[in-house]
Amino acid sequence: MTKLLASGGEFVAPGVKDFFLPPIFGSVTKPMVLLVLSIVIIGAFFIAATRNMKLIPGKFQFAAESVYDFGRNNIAREQIGAKDFKPFIPLILTIFTFVLVNNLFGLIPVIQFPTMSHIGFPLAVSLLVVYPVYHFVGFKRHGFVGYLKHQTIPPGAPWFVLPLLIPIEFFQKFILNPLTLAIRVFAAMFAGHLLLLVFTLAGEFLLLNGGLTVIVAPVSFAFAIALTFLEALIMCLQAYIFALLSASYIGMALAEEH
Amino acid sequence: MFHALIMAAEDPSKVNPVVPHPAEIILGLVAFLLLLFVVKKFVSPRFEALYAERTAKIEGGIEKAEQAQAEAQRTLEQYKEQLAEARAEAARIRDDARAEGLQIIEELREQAQAESARIVAQGQHQLDAQRAQIVAELRADLGRTAVELASKVVGESLEDEARRRGTVDRFLNELDAVAAPASK
Repeated sequence: MTKLLASGGEFVAPGVKDFFLPPIFGSVTKPMVLLVLSIVIIGAFFIAATRNMKLIPGKFQFAAESVYDFGRNNIAREQIGAKDFKPFIPLILTIFTFVLVNNLFGLIPVIQFPTMSHIGFPLAVSLLVVYPVYHFVGFKRHGFVGYLKHQTIPPGAPWFVLPLLIPIEFFQKFILNPLTLAIRVFAAMFAGHLLLLVFTLAGEFLLLNGGLTVIVAPVSFAFAIALTFLEALIMCLQAYIFALLSASYIGMALAEEH
Repeated sequence: MFHALIMAAEDPSKVNPVVPHPAEIILGLVAFLLLLFVVKKFVSPRFEALYAERTAKIEGGIEKAEQAQAEAQRTLEQYKEQLAEARAEAARIRDDARAEGLQIIEELREQAQAESARIVAQGQHQLDAQRAQIVAELRADLGRTAVELASKVVGESLEDEARRRGTVDRFLNELDAVAAPASK
C-alpha cells in the first residue's frame, strides 16, 4: 500500500528522536537555550511594564496587569483564599508565565519547540519547588503530626475506611501529586508536538515524494494548521492547570478544614 | 544510570523521554528560581504598591463623595426645617390677619350701627320739633282764621247765595294760601 502511493523514498514517521536533537554547541541543547530565553522574555516584560507604573494604566501596563491579575486573583486568591494568598502571588505568577511561555515556544515560527516536552523542566518546578513549598507551609501551619493528620485523614470519613484511606491519601499527597503535575504538562506538550510533526512531515513527504498523492498533501497541512490552533489552546490550558493545581495544593495544605 | 543517559544522548532514537535529564532539571530549577527571584523582588512589589495606591485613591474618592453626600443631606434637612418654619409662620400670620379682619369688620359694623341709630334719632328728633312747631303754628292760625271767618259770616248777609258762595270761596282760598307754605 505504501509502495503504491509513495513512489519516492520511504516515509519515516517522527518519533522520540525528534525531541532530542543534537546539541547546538558543547552540551547545550535547544530546549536549554529556549528555557533561558523564556525567563529573559518574562523578566524583561514585567520589569519593563512595571518600571513606570501609573494609576491609570496605558496599553502595555494594562496587558501586564491583566496577566498579573490573572495569576493573582483568578488562580492564587481563588485557590489559596483571600487570607493567605499574598505571599504566594510571585510563585504562582512565575509558574504560570514560565510554563505558558515555554509551552508557546512550540508555536512560534523558527523556534517551534515546546520546552516543557522535556520532562526535566516541569519536574524541576513541580518536584523541587511546588512540592517542598506546599509541604513546608503545611508543616509550619499545622505542626508535624497535625499536618500529617490534616493531609491524610479527610474529615467526616468513617473510622473503618481509614486503614485504606490513609495510605491512599499519603501516597497521593506525598508522592503522586508532584509527579502528575509534571507529567501532565510534559505529556500534553510531547503528544501535541508529535501530532504537529506527524501532519507536517507527512504533508511535506506527500508533496515532495508522492506521485498522485500530491493532491492529499493540502489535507495534511490543513490538519496541521487546525491542530496548531488546538495546541495553542492546550498550551494555555496546561499552563493554567499547572499554576492552578500548585495553588490548590498550597491552599489545601493551609486550609483549616478540607 | 547517568552513564546510560549520556550514551543514549549520543543515539537519539534510544532515549526514553520519560526519564529526566539531570542537566535539564538543574537548569530548569535554576532558571525558575531566577525568574521567581526577579518577580518576587521587582515585579510583585510594584504591582502590589500600585494596587494599594489605587485602592487608597478609590477609597479616598468614595469617602469624599460620602462626605459631600452627608453635607448635602444636612443642608437639605436645614432647608426643609426652614421651609417648615416659614410655612408655620405664614399660617400663623394668615390666621392672625383673619382674626384681626373679623374684629375690624365687627368694630366697623358696631360703629355703623351706632352712627345709623344716631342719625335716625336725630332725624326723629328734628321731625318731632318741626311737627310741634307746625302744630303750634297751625293751631294759632286756625284760631285766628276761625275767628275771622265767624266775624265775616256774622258781618255779611247770608241772603245772597252768590255772595255767600264767594265768601266761602274766598275763605277757602285764604286758607289754602296759609296752608300752602306750611306744607312745604
